[in-house]
Amino acid sequence: MSLDAKIRFELVSLFYGAFEALKQVNMTMAERQITALIGPSGCGKSTLLRTLNRMNDLIPGVRITGLVRVDGRNIYAPGTDVTTLRKRIGMVFQRPNPFPLSVRDNVSFGLRVAGLTSRADVEPILERSLRAAWLWDQVKDRLDQSALDLPLDQQQRLCIARLLAVEPDIILMDEPCSALDPIATGKVEDLMLELKKQYTIVIVTHNMQQAARISDVTGYMLLGDMIESGATAALFTNPQDRRTQDYLSGRYG
Amino acid sequence: MKARGEKIAQRILLVIALSAISSLILIALFIFKEGTPVMLRMGLRKFLFSREWDPQAGLFGIYPMIAASLWVTLGAMLIGAPLGIAGAIFLNEFVPKTVLRIVKPAIELLAGIPSVVYGFIGVMVLAPLIRDHLGGPGLSILAAAIILGVMILPTVISISTDAIGAVPNSYREGALALGATRWQAVHMVILKAARSGIMASIILAMGRAIGDLKAARSGIMASIILAMGRAIGETMAVIMVAGNTVKLPHSVLDSARTLTATIAFEMASATGRHREALFAIGVVLFVIIMILNTCATVSLRGRTTRS
Ligand SMILES: Nc1ncnc2c1ncn2[C@@H]1O[C@H](COP(=O)(O)OP(=O)(O)OP(=O)(O)O)[C@@H](O)[C@H]1O
Ligand SMILES: [Mg+2]
Repeated sequence: MSLDAKIRFELVSLFYGAFEALKQVNMTMAERQITALIGPSGCGKSTLLRTLNRMNDLIPGVRITGLVRVDGRNIYAPGTDVTTLRKRIGMVFQRPNPFPLSVRDNVSFGLRVAGLTSRADVEPILERSLRAAWLWDQVKDRLDQSALDLPLDQQQRLCIARLLAVEPDIILMDEPCSALDPIATGKVEDLMLELKKQYTIVIVTHNMQQAARISDVTGYMLLGDMIESGATAALFTNPQDRRTQDYLSGRYG
Repeated sequence: MKARGEKIAQRILLVIALSAISSLILIALFIFKEGTPVMLRMGLRKFLFSREWDPQAGLFGIYPMIAASLWVTLGAMLIGAPLGIAGAIFLNEFVPKTVLRIVKPAIELLAGIPSVVYGFIGVMVLAPLIRDHLGGPGLSILAAAIILGVMILPTVISISTDAIGAVPNSYREGALALGATRWQAVHMVILKAARSGIMASIILAMGRAIGDLKAARSGIMASIILAMGRAIGETMAVIMVAGNTVKLPHSVLDSARTLTATIAFEMASATGRHREALFAIGVVLFVIIMILNTCATVSLRGRTTRS
C-alpha cells in the first residue's frame, strides 16, 4: 500500500441504528485513478461511498467509527467543515438529479453557493465545465431552458458539469450509468477516463464489465466487509479470496 | 350477486352526486337571477365603483366594501403567507420528521376553531392593543387583517408543507452534496421546485380571506352560505373585528365593512332592491372566488404536469 494514498479508510465501521452496514473496512484509493466498488446489492457500496462526502450524516441514527483520511486528514475529525468538504468531494447520483432550474443555473449552483454570483465570473466557468463534461455543443443554445427538458444522458453529464464547476478533487459516482442506455453509458465511461487525468474518481457499479473497462483498482464488498481490493486486472483474472472468485464467476448466492 | 350489489350502490351514489351538483347549480343560478338585475339597472360600473351605500335612499355603491375586502385580504396575506411558508419550511427541513407528523395534524385542527373564537380574541385583546398603541377606534382593518392572517395559517402551512414534502429528496441531496447549507438548499432549489404548490396555498388562503374557508374549497358552496344570509360562520371574525363602517377607508386603522360582512349584517332585514343588491354582492364574491380557485387549480396542475 502506497503511503501517498489520496483516500484511506482505517477500520471504518458504520451503523444504521443497531445495524452494522460497514465492518472495519480498510482500503486505500490512489490519486488520479478510478477505483470501483463492486459487490451484491445491499453489501454497503453506497454507504462506503457516502462516508466520503459525509452524506450519511444526514440520516438520523447513523454512527461511524474508525478514520476516513483524505490527503491524510481525518474528515470526521471534530471541527471539519462539511460544506467545504463537499465542495472538494463531489458526487454524481444514480438517477440524474439536475435541479428544476435552467441549465445555466444548474452549472452555476455550486458557485452561487460559494458566493460567486457576478456573470463575468460565472460565464467562463460555465463554458469550461460544460465543455469538460462534453455537453457544451448540445446545450450552448439552450442555457436558459430547464435542465429537466434535456435527455437523460445529457442530464447526467450536466450533473457532472455541475460538479466540475466547483473544481473538486475527488468525484464520487454511485451507479452513474444505471439509468442510461448502452450508448450513453459508453459516453459517460469515456468521459470518466478523460476526467481521471485530473480527478480522483470512486465509482460504485453493478456492472462488472464496466468496472473492468474503466477502473484501475477494484474493491469487492460483501455484507459490509471489504473482502479484497487490488489492481482491477489482477482482481478480475486472479482473485485471491474464494468469495470474490464465486462472485466474479457468477456463483454468488 | 356481488356485481349487482355494486351496481345498485353505484346508482345510488350517482343519484346523490347528481342531486348535490344540481342543487349547487340551482343555487348559483338563483343568486345570479336575484343579483344581476340591480347591476344591470345601475350599470356594473356604478354598482362597483360608486361610493354611496345607503339602502334607504336607494344608493347601492359597493366600492367602500370592495376596498375594505381588498385591504383586509391583502393585509391578511402579508401577515399569513410569510409566516405560513416559513412554518412549512421549518417543519419540512429543519426538524425531525416525527415532529412534522405530530405538528401538522395539530395545525390542521386549528382550522376547525370556530371563527367566532378568533373574533372574540380580536375584540377583547387585539383591538384594545391597537387602539391604545396605534390610535384609531381599534376595531379596524389592521385588526381584521391580523386575525384573518392567523386564521389562514393552517391553510397555508398545510398545503405548503405538502408541496415542499413532495419535492424529490434527490434535489435536496444534490444541493447538499455540492456544499450548499440547508438554508441554501431550501431557498435556491426546494422553494423553486415547490413554487406552484406554495402559490396554490396562497391563492386558496386568499379565497378564504375574502370569502370564507368553504369558499376557498368551492366557490359555489360559498354562494349557498351567502345566499342564505348566514355568512356568519366564517366571516364572524371579520364582522366582529373590522368595526362596522360603510365608508371608504383611508388607513389601516380605520374601521370598515367587507363585502361578506355587509351581506351577513343586512340580509335578515333587507327587502326589495336592498335585498337584490345584497345578492349582487354575492355575485361579485362568487366571481372573485371562482377566479381565485381557477388560479389555484391551474398552478397545482402546473406542478403535476411538470414532474
Ligand atoms: N438509511 C438507512 N437506514 C437503515 N439501513 C440502511 C440505510 N441505507 C442503507 N441501509 C442498509 O445498509 C446496507 C447497505 O446499503 P447500501 O445502500 O450501502 O448497499 P449497496 O451496496 O449500495 O446496495 P445497492 O447495490 O442495492 O445499491 C443494506 O443492508 C441496507 O439495507
Ligand atoms: Mg447503492
